[in-house]
Amino acid sequence: MYTLKNVTKEYPGKGRKVTALNDVTLDIPDGQLVAIQGPTGGGKSTLLQMLGALDRPTSGTVELEQSSLGKLGDGKLTGIRGKEIGFVFQGFNLIPTLTALENVETALVPLGVPAAERRDRATKALESVGLGDRGDHRPAELSGGQQQRVAIARALVKEPEVLLADEPTGNLDEETRDEIMDLLEGLWRDRGLTLVIVTHDSAVARRAQRRLHIKQGKVKEVA
Amino acid sequence: MFATYLRRELLGRRRQTIIIAIGMALAIALVIIVNSVAAGVKNAQAQVLQSVYGVGTDVTITKPVSAPAAGSGQAQGPRFDFGANSGAQSSDGSRTVDSSRLSVGFGTNTMSDSALAKVQKTSGVAGASAVLSLQNTSFKGTLPDFGQRGAEGRQSGSTGGSGATGGSDGKGGSSFQVNSFSVMGITPGAKAVGPVASTALGKGRTLTSSDKGKDVAVLDASYAKTKSLSVGDTISIGGKDFKIVGTVKPTGSDSATASNVYVPLDVAQSLSSESGKVSTIYVTATSAADVDSLKTSLQKVLPGTTVSTQADLASNVSGSLGSASQLVSNLGTWLSVIVLAAAFLIAILFTISGVTRRTREFGTLKAIGWSNRRIVGQVAGESVVQGVIGGIAGIAIGLIGVLVVNVISPTLTGGVSRGGFGGALAAGARRAFGGTGSGSTSTGSTSGGFGGRGFGGGFGGAARAAASSSTQVDLSAPITVWIIVIAVGLAILGGLLAGAIGGWRASRLRPAEALRSVQ
Repeated sequence: MYTLKNVTKEYPGKGRKVTALNDVTLDIPDGQLVAIQGPTGGGKSTLLQMLGALDRPTSGTVELEQSSLGKLGDGKLTGIRGKEIGFVFQGFNLIPTLTALENVETALVPLGVPAAERRDRATKALESVGLGDRGDHRPAELSGGQQQRVAIARALVKEPEVLLADEPTGNLDEETRDEIMDLLEGLWRDRGLTLVIVTHDSAVARRAQRRLHIKQGKVKEVA
Repeated sequence: MFATYLRRELLGRRRQTIIIAIGMALAIALVIIVNSVAAGVKNAQAQVLQSVYGVGTDVTITKPVSAPAAGSGQAQGPRFDFGANSGAQSSDGSRTVDSSRLSVGFGTNTMSDSALAKVQKTSGVAGASAVLSLQNTSFKGTLPDFGQRGAEGRQSGSTGGSGATGGSDGKGGSSFQVNSFSVMGITPGAKAVGPVASTALGKGRTLTSSDKGKDVAVLDASYAKTKSLSVGDTISIGGKDFKIVGTVKPTGSDSATASNVYVPLDVAQSLSSESGKVSTIYVTATSAADVDSLKTSLQKVLPGTTVSTQADLASNVSGSLGSASQLVSNLGTWLSVIVLAAAFLIAILFTISGVTRRTREFGTLKAIGWSNRRIVGQVAGESVVQGVIGGIAGIAIGLIGVLVVNVISPTLTGGVSRGGFGGALAAGARRAFGGTGSGSTSTGSTSGGFGGRGFGGGFGGAARAAASSSTQVDLSAPITVWIIVIAVGLAILGGLLAGAIGGWRASRLRPAEALRSVQ
């Protein structure tokens, strides 16, 4: 699925450059569940942004299937994000004024799905995360776990190849964390997704097939 | 989704929507009211100009007033000199004086009537006529027996001694009646251009060409009524009795015509010692579109004169109408501009702050594949709808405001200023009659004075009343489709401006940074 070769990402800092990723070479095969761990500021989020076509590397190549993400224009990257990549965030990032169902629908807007079909698919996605009866609730009316379920439904409604989760359980209590992890794992298994989870939580990381540790921009496999 | 999202945002962030809409509404309402009132004032000015200068007058020609030499007759204003033995003496020693003079009004200058022929020969002139605007001032009253009062004053060192006799109260007092009215010399039977064009016959007849050289007068109907004069009566002008042959009334909604009295031009010229002189020439252009070029050619033909078009004259309209015009054009316009700018600024700032607050929201949408264009469109759409809501509310408020103006329909008084004639005359009168009693009025050796101040004031008042042959116009504020179109356009423009700036901010958000900024 992903092939990273000598990926370096530098940010202009005060006086000197900050190297977030330092010559990372990495291969993530199709359908793998990967956990990325590491200290804060070690480069976890930057790596996820490279994988998510949100940013381009300073040097090196990031390939998703056949596309070299670093060489594509903004429009193409937007297209790839809209079609092939699902995101789940730590803060859920739902749009507060929209209902749960409408939030899920937003993911289908860039694909030009007609309104009726959009509603239909969003309803099914909400059912698949166990929130079929909460479609017309606003995010503020839902619990943290429910909000994250809505976010997962939004990420998966377009049936992407890849699901990238940035600390998906970081804002949840342990019980809810396990529920969400069960849900993600179930979806990963059922849909044959490639699932990359960035986490601080070893309990979450332990559920992955493969664990990576990233520190000072260098990636190491954890046995 | 666009509409749903937009609706949810506007309803979900109701306070912001309401504030932006209110700002926009007030601005739009103000623009509508100011525009409408300005149009109303402009109409009113045209109405006033028509009553004074006549319907169909495109250009007027006058001679600018040069500052009169100090001490000259004009500088001091009209002056009545009474000798010690003026007037008729009655049995108690008091004297009745009655004097009347017809002169060119203060602030009016005359030119040779040959100018009229030159104007008529100028190409582009459809018709022209000349008038001579005059002011008739009469002074009538009773003077005490000054010989006796003077003796008393010298003996006792005081004034108003008990031994004084005569005068209006029999004890040495004085009483004067000062009367002033405007007289216009017109060419009898001439083609109607100028002030006469906006008059209609009331009673009797108008002046005809056979009236040349005759002492006949036509009166303004309302002036005749105030003075209880009617056709067949006589009126004293410049000390001569004129037969009243008719009355005229204004054609418009005005209260009076341009002058109190109309007499044949040649009579007016000889009576006021202004032979061969006219004060104003009224010109009608062959084409309304050529007025400006006509003005230029007339200026060449008649150097040293003031050639004014209707547009130039609008600025001369005085009175409350003049104030209203200035208020609308200065305060009103600036107020609308400021409020409009403030409304736009509010809309822009709120939109920018909204975009900043929604950084994570837009970052998320970008992350899940929303294009920049879609996000800019969303932000701009929200702003435009807010602007349009404000615009619609503003139109409603504005129309109500205009309705209120039309219901109240304030009456504005407008006159055309003629160089501050009234005030100058009043000042002249005060100098002559101000009650100082210094002997400057040639009343002999009396030092007692006239027994009272207040002549100046009274005289000034009369002069002012006569000078301001003003027109009352009820202000109506018209609403045109254009005003509405401009208002809607401004509302949309404000929304677009705010939306464009907000959208530009949103489009500059990099999705990665947008997400990082909040986590």
